[in-house]
Amino acid sequence: MSTETIQAPVKRESLFSKKNRKLLSDPLDSNNPVSVQVLGICSALAVTVQMEPAFFMCLGLTFVTSFSNLFISILRNGIPSRIRIIVQLAVVSLFVILVDELLKAYAFDISQKLSVFVGLIITNCIVMGRLEAFAMANKPWPSFLDGIGNGIGYSAILMTMAFIRELLGSGSIWGFKVMEAVNISYLGNGVMMMPAGACILIGILIWAQRARNGYREEA
Amino acid sequence: MELVNLGIRSIFVDNMIFAYFLGMCSYLAVSKKVSTAFGLGVAVIFVLGFTVPLNWLIQTYFLNEGAMAWISADLATVDLSFLSFIIFISVIAAFVQLTEMAVEKFSPSLYNALGIFLPLIAVNCSILGGALFMLQRPYNFAEATVFGFSSGIGWLLAIVALAAIREKLKYSQVPGPLRGLGITFILVGLMSFGFLSFMGFSI
Repeated sequence: MSTETIQAPVKRESLFSKKNRKLLSDPLDSNNPVSVQVLGICSALAVTVQMEPAFFMCLGLTFVTSFSNLFISILRNGIPSRIRIIVQLAVVSLFVILVDELLKAYAFDISQKLSVFVGLIITNCIVMGRLEAFAMANKPWPSFLDGIGNGIGYSAILMTMAFIRELLGSGSIWGFKVMEAVNISYLGNGVMMMPAGACILIGILIWAQRARNGYREEA
Repeated sequence: MELVNLGIRSIFVDNMIFAYFLGMCSYLAVSKKVSTAFGLGVAVIFVLGFTVPLNWLIQTYFLNEGAMAWISADLATVDLSFLSFIIFISVIAAFVQLTEMAVEKFSPSLYNALGIFLPLIAVNCSILGGALFMLQRPYNFAEATVFGFSSGIGWLLAIVALAAIREKLKYSQVPGPLRGLGITFILVGLMSFGFLSFMGFSI
């Protein structure tokens, strides 16, 4: 887990300075929360059978990460370190309840498909990991950007997985039957719909990304 | 008999790891050695086995619509079910904290074995996941208890099995970029295929 801290700037820096842009772009590839830091795996595997629920999950997670980062960062000097976990959990669950109620009100069928995984954003390690590693030590605005950056990094992996799984699993993209549209008779590959297929697919994605970035891990 | 059936199903068919991927983060991080994996597994069984029935009681007697009618008739129309998430996670965090203190006081040797894993468990998805599944499925108290304990046993089984394989994996020649996380995911996928053979299993 990364433990970067930003030194207090001498002069006031602009909202989108180079350092702040880096906060947004790093989690996309070289410091991706899912494939490099190994956080938030549970939902990455479980909601990626189709693209549409995966997309709503990404929106929800990005919202929760960025806003809880912002709030914890504002509160960071007032939180006693012994009880910080429970304070963080309370702030996070506030935002998750908001997301859950919104989904139930405006996208009920999506909320049914995501089932328990909306609630599980509370214990999603990306949220907790970023709060611990970044928001507790940095100012509100960089923390907010860091939350958005990590949310987007998570979304990148999730949407890639969902695209491959939906295309190979049921021959469609975002519910649209592509295989039928181009006149290929495709029965669908059951393995991709199953949990096992998701694990193997994410293993291969991580392999490809690490081969490209030259990252090595001691087994 | 129904309860035994539910127990067997929760351990093998609806396994927390292989069917729902819950608790993946600590599953991958702590599965390098069998002994530590076993310690974490025992702690998960313990916490899951107690928090699921505890949350069931809270949900049934306080949070459901009209559940507080037993206190006074005025409260019969109150619906607090939107508070489930925050209450469940607080119960879990508090329970974990209390367990840690109690174990530290009464059994230092167990504390040394489990101590470092207990704080980790509060943010283990499988614990909150267990509580949320209990919310979705119409379990009664006995069923919720059996579900909690046997889901924990299933989790222990999964993590010890993976740790045993990863210990052996040290002696094999894995391509560089695939080492560590990559090969572990592929292994979990293959193990998940194995567990598919329990599908439809019942007594």
